[in-house]
Amino acid sequence: MQKSFPENSVGLVVPRTYRFDEPLELACGRVLPGYELVVETYGERNHDTSNAVLICHALSGNHHAAGYHSPDDKKPGWWDHYIGPGKPIDTNKFYVVALNNLGGCHGSTGPRSINPETGKIWGPTFPPLRARDWVQSQSRLAAKMGISKWAAVIGGSLGGMTAMRWALEYPERVGHCIAIASAMKLSAQNIAFNELARTAIKSDPNFFQGDYLHHQTLPRTGLGLARMIGHITYLSDQLMGEKFGRELRSGSFDRGLDTPIEFQVESYLRHQGEAFSGSFDANTYLLMTKVLDYFDLAREYDHDPVKAFSQALSKFLVISFSSDWRFSPQRSEEIVNALMAANKDVSYARIESDMGHDAFLLPNQRYEAVFSAYMNRIARELGGEV
Amino acid sequence: MLRVDLDILQQWITPGSRVLDLGCGDGTLLYSLRQSRQIEGYGLEIDPDQITACITRGVNVIETDINRGLGHLGSKSFDTVVMTYSLQTLKRPDKTIAEMLRIGKECIVTFPNFANIRARAHLFFKGRMPVTKQLDWQWYDTPNIHFCTVKDFEALCREQDIRILNREVVAGQALDRQLKGLWPNLFGDTAIYHLSQ
Repeated sequence: MQKSFPENSVGLVVPRTYRFDEPLELACGRVLPGYELVVETYGERNHDTSNAVLICHALSGNHHAAGYHSPDDKKPGWWDHYIGPGKPIDTNKFYVVALNNLGGCHGSTGPRSINPETGKIWGPTFPPLRARDWVQSQSRLAAKMGISKWAAVIGGSLGGMTAMRWALEYPERVGHCIAIASAMKLSAQNIAFNELARTAIKSDPNFFQGDYLHHQTLPRTGLGLARMIGHITYLSDQLMGEKFGRELRSGSFDRGLDTPIEFQVESYLRHQGEAFSGSFDANTYLLMTKVLDYFDLAREYDHDPVKAFSQALSKFLVISFSSDWRFSPQRSEEIVNALMAANKDVSYARIESDMGHDAFLLPNQRYEAVFSAYMNRIARELGGEV
Repeated sequence: MLRVDLDILQQWITPGSRVLDLGCGDGTLLYSLRQSRQIEGYGLEIDPDQITACITRGVNVIETDINRGLGHLGSKSFDTVVMTYSLQTLKRPDKTIAEMLRIGKECIVTFPNFANIRARAHLFFKGRMPVTKQLDWQWYDTPNIHFCTVKDFEALCREQDIRILNREVVAGQALDRQLKGLWPNLFGDTAIYHLSQ
């Protein structure tokens, strides 16, 4: 029996894979002989495809941003709250393109793919990437899809960094750049958390210097631990307090009972780690965290963000969340200040939220209002209204 | 903001200049200056609904708590810094005005004149804090915490060596309009100042 989807859902979606045979010269100097990108689209293109928007995913995201792959799916795509008919990224108005980044593990070419030169799985030998490599690979995707200019390039966290890189690398091909819960570069503390996660993965005896697939095993403990560390930093202290408090899942502090005590938060984190370690690739996680660490918007512009943003021709929307300490409002405000100094059109909202960094994925009335207002304005511009 | 305030203010804005509007509300002023003066501008605002209204209108708006200072904005980075009807809501209006003069080459400030005859009469005859059409709040819930008069404001300008380039007072009532030239502090209900350092 066909299960029905919510009315404001894009419904059933089918990913499509695009193959690129032209070699891609990477920022690290190495050349990727060819690659594949797995893509989902939602909504319809208008007559000249000027309504196309690109969704850039974050660290552990993928191409499945909205809708369902099967009627039995328990959960929709990762940004389903914000993509769909009548939602902020309104699929009645926009042609939405979401892809799995190069180096990913959900269908695009990455460490789990076969290296055509050796006939073996890339594994740890997959070249290190930078956000600009993603932008370049995505610009070829746009060309192949007949999209000469994005109405908007949109992303949260690492996705926001990618969106900003787009605005600098291909200024004339980005109408609007929307960077949510993002930053121009990571702080030392942020890099430290990523290194902690990487060390957890590498310490797993099943890691085999990244060659785990050849040993027919997975570093699940290490990857799970990495995810647990990450997860703590994506939530706020307040949210964890409200959600779990000091509630026990099992055991008791009563005298005479020596059953093991487990807090709800422990069980929750372990579950998150286990679920993630079964579905994500450890080498991709290492690669993605390195992209994050290496990202520095203004490095090639004499470390001057104003000079960097002077390249851009797009308009900007920047959004931050009050309780986000991984990508704090201050990081977003640095972006805004640089954009104002570069005389670029920019609007900025600091959304009140207890949800920490994860807020950019979750329902929030004000966030939705700001996001919708901005997207509707883009839609009006496309329609020729003033 | 009244049409007449806007007309006065607009004539002090150079076409094509860069304007910062503190407490920009729903963006009406910036939108209008963009149409009439082709300015490039940003508004600073703290109210969520007003911010959304600006975004809808296509006006650049930056969520900012002006009371926390504007140190992140460069000196003389704007041609004109405008603040309409927000002066009386600030924690330290004197400090904000000093910041405005640092950030902008010129500033325009408008505020309700608390020495207006109607406010004076209200306090004098009723013995209660004035509630007027313009300032329709009770003393306990008003966002307006630092009222001043035309005389007070000019005293502050003297103390801080602020140059008054232009001054206009606006009056709503026809009779007041005739008398405001002679007694601006008595008959003006809105004061509009054009300032520089």
